[in-house]
Amino acid sequence: MAVVLDKSHRWRVIAAHVFLLAFIAAIIFPFLMIISISLRPGNYAVGELIPSEISLEHWKLALGISYQGLDGQLVEPQFPVLLWLWNSIKIAAMSAAIGLLLSTTCAYAFARMQFKGKRMMMNSLLLMQMFPSVLALVAIYAIFDRIGSHVPALGIDTHGGLVLAYTGGIALHIWTIKGYFDTIPVEIEEAAKVDGATPFQAFRYVLLPMALPILMVVFLLAFIQGIIEYPIASVLLHEKDNLTLAVGAKQFLYPQHYRWGDFAAAAILSGLPITAVFLLAQKWMISGLTAGGVKG
Amino acid sequence: MRRNLGRVWQPLLAVISALFGLYMVMKIYVAGQPSLALGCMAVLGIGIYVYTSGRAYAYRYLFPGMLAAAVFVLLPLIYTFAIGFTNYSSKNLLSYERARQYFLEETYQVEGDSYAFSLHDDGNAYRIRLERPDGKVFATAPLALKKPEPLTVEAKELAKTDAALSATELQTPQLVPLLPALKKVTVTLPDTQQATLSGLREFAPVRLLYKANADGSLTNQQDGTVIRADQQTGFFTKANGEALQPGFKVGVGFDNYKRIFTEPTFREPFIRIFIWTVAFAGLTVVFTFAVGVVLAVLLNWEALRFRAFYRVMLFLPYAVPGFISILVFKGLFSENSGEINAMLKALFGISPHWFSDPWLARSMLLIVNTWLGYPYMMVLCMGLIKAIPSDLYEASAIAGAGPLTNFFKITLPLIAKPITPLLISAFAFNFNNFVLIALLTGGRPDFIDTTVPAGETDLLVSYTYRIAFEDSGQQFGLAAAISTVIFIMVAILSIVNLRLTKVNQQEAR
Repeated sequence: MAVVLDKSHRWRVIAAHVFLLAFIAAIIFPFLMIISISLRPGNYAVGELIPSEISLEHWKLALGISYQGLDGQLVEPQFPVLLWLWNSIKIAAMSAAIGLLLSTTCAYAFARMQFKGKRMMMNSLLLMQMFPSVLALVAIYAIFDRIGSHVPALGIDTHGGLVLAYTGGIALHIWTIKGYFDTIPVEIEEAAKVDGATPFQAFRYVLLPMALPILMVVFLLAFIQGIIEYPIASVLLHEKDNLTLAVGAKQFLYPQHYRWGDFAAAAILSGLPITAVFLLAQKWMISGLTAGGVKG
Repeated sequence: MRRNLGRVWQPLLAVISALFGLYMVMKIYVAGQPSLALGCMAVLGIGIYVYTSGRAYAYRYLFPGMLAAAVFVLLPLIYTFAIGFTNYSSKNLLSYERARQYFLEETYQVEGDSYAFSLHDDGNAYRIRLERPDGKVFATAPLALKKPEPLTVEAKELAKTDAALSATELQTPQLVPLLPALKKVTVTLPDTQQATLSGLREFAPVRLLYKANADGSLTNQQDGTVIRADQQTGFFTKANGEALQPGFKVGVGFDNYKRIFTEPTFREPFIRIFIWTVAFAGLTVVFTFAVGVVLAVLLNWEALRFRAFYRVMLFLPYAVPGFISILVFKGLFSENSGEINAMLKALFGISPHWFSDPWLARSMLLIVNTWLGYPYMMVLCMGLIKAIPSDLYEASAIAGAGPLTNFFKITLPLIAKPITPLLISAFAFNFNNFVLIALLTGGRPDFIDTTVPAGETDLLVSYTYRIAFEDSGQQFGLAAAISTVIFIMVAILSIVNLRLTKVNQQEAR
């Protein structure tokens, strides 16, 4: 770099800091606002950024606790936020676990074995990934309607059905895990095979322990995907107690019963852990992002 | 020992799962869906071959994953194409056989002695008790009566003094909520006479309404008219052409596509929505890239301190789940009670109608989507800028170039090529950005001059969703046809993208 720094350089640095700070202030304004809204009383009142009167009523409702309102009435939670959060976590964890199991075995075959149609299968997996599931919602609805008429536990409005629907989207996971397997030298497994291990034993006891980090990352990725997925869940789930958070949260803001304050508390309560998981995983996710996954 | 155990349980497990699979196939076949049963049988056959033959060893690892991808990703895509060529909708929901069955099970009430009816609580279920004028009493097994679905049940004769029944009779207030379900119940008495609900306390004898004829038509036994299945329109019709509900699914060829592209009521909103979709996706890419690349340049500037802190803060919008931040914006932009309008009112005395004015709604979508999307662009650009050799900047510094010259003459041209495919996939993603539209505006404000449900901010995907799941007609066939059109557009984008990526890779070598 240039060694001589003139005066205008210093001004530029200061200007950059000012610009970035102002930009960040604008960007995180919604977050600050939502914290303040969750703490001030009432669902309609337009108020100041720092509430003059702090009330925990919205938080109580979000946590499922009823409280006594101003007019002495008992205000009960209208939406089972914690149940929705639990549904989301349950569905995301199950689909991530099943997806991980399926994609790890597939990735092993793709990385270590030779068989007919290998190239074609891998390419068609990538191709399938390019078409978002939003476009096939009608078909997905019809398929699960039909599955449900034979196996009720996997039909419309069941968590089993939703988990099943999510397990199909494993193409990117297979590619990610395969990429990692390719970086692990094959000699170690071969040594195990010389000692009499079957291919499955080499996979289970030699390769898998070494690939643990990538398995964690893929699990987290799939988990977050499951939590934030909206279209399929909105088509497959109907009953109030069955909803995931992504589908249910919308109901706070229907014009007929607008619950702005309650929504704010629920949003922080559920958004915070998910954001934390995301920030934890982002270090590894960025390499995956540049490989082609898109959001926003 | 362990190995011996494995030798025993592995074949056992295989046999048990094969038998279970066969049982399921049987069950589906008996349920009257031979093609589905055949498909399942084929999958089962391949599964058994893969897990027993030594030659297919590699496929043992692939089978479950590939099956899941095929059934839940590939099959829906293919099925969408197929549905696009049918009249599948809420009016034509059933298969031909099921629709015919529906008509054959319809009944009408005939003259004759009616039955005194009472409903009796039996734990979580209810029993229907009918009493004939001659004093004979009949009762059904316990029924759930949860959903109003057609149901035929048998009633058995009871001794008149059955104490268990008479004690638990439901009074009218408890009876009323169960009426929708009760109306659908047909009771078959031991002498094969059938009866349905005809009053709050009364069942009347009924007969089957339709009789099947040899040529496939049905004769109405009440008024003697004949109805025939019209395989063109998917309805049973009377001689005068009147169509009867429910209809059934039939193939309609390219009718749905003709409707989209030639019928003015569909073509006009389709074109308007298409233009907005392209504009939305294009402008989103431009804005997010512009913001992202500027921030990326700043964050790669070594003279700047606290870059790690800035990076995390700027990344934050990406880390928060989309469905939460979009709904937060929905509340903040709210016209009457939103904080943004409150501030605008305090500062400038204006309160824009973010949700009812088309252009404001569109700008709001672009603002929110830029907020959501710029961190992704920023991260991509940061990686690419890092790869630019620093001696280029040193050379330009010697030549006395300023930061703007550097940006436009070095940085931008050098990242343009590698980022183009990523910009195209971002375009494709936003082309189908259903979640944003569904959660923020729902496509509203609606067009006022069209008959189909469509709005000023609808993207093609959300338009499809509304036709399929929100419009009262639930026109699945039409929605699937539009989806197919979008598929083709996405496919073209993907092909362009693959070409560009390949060209880039070849040049890199």
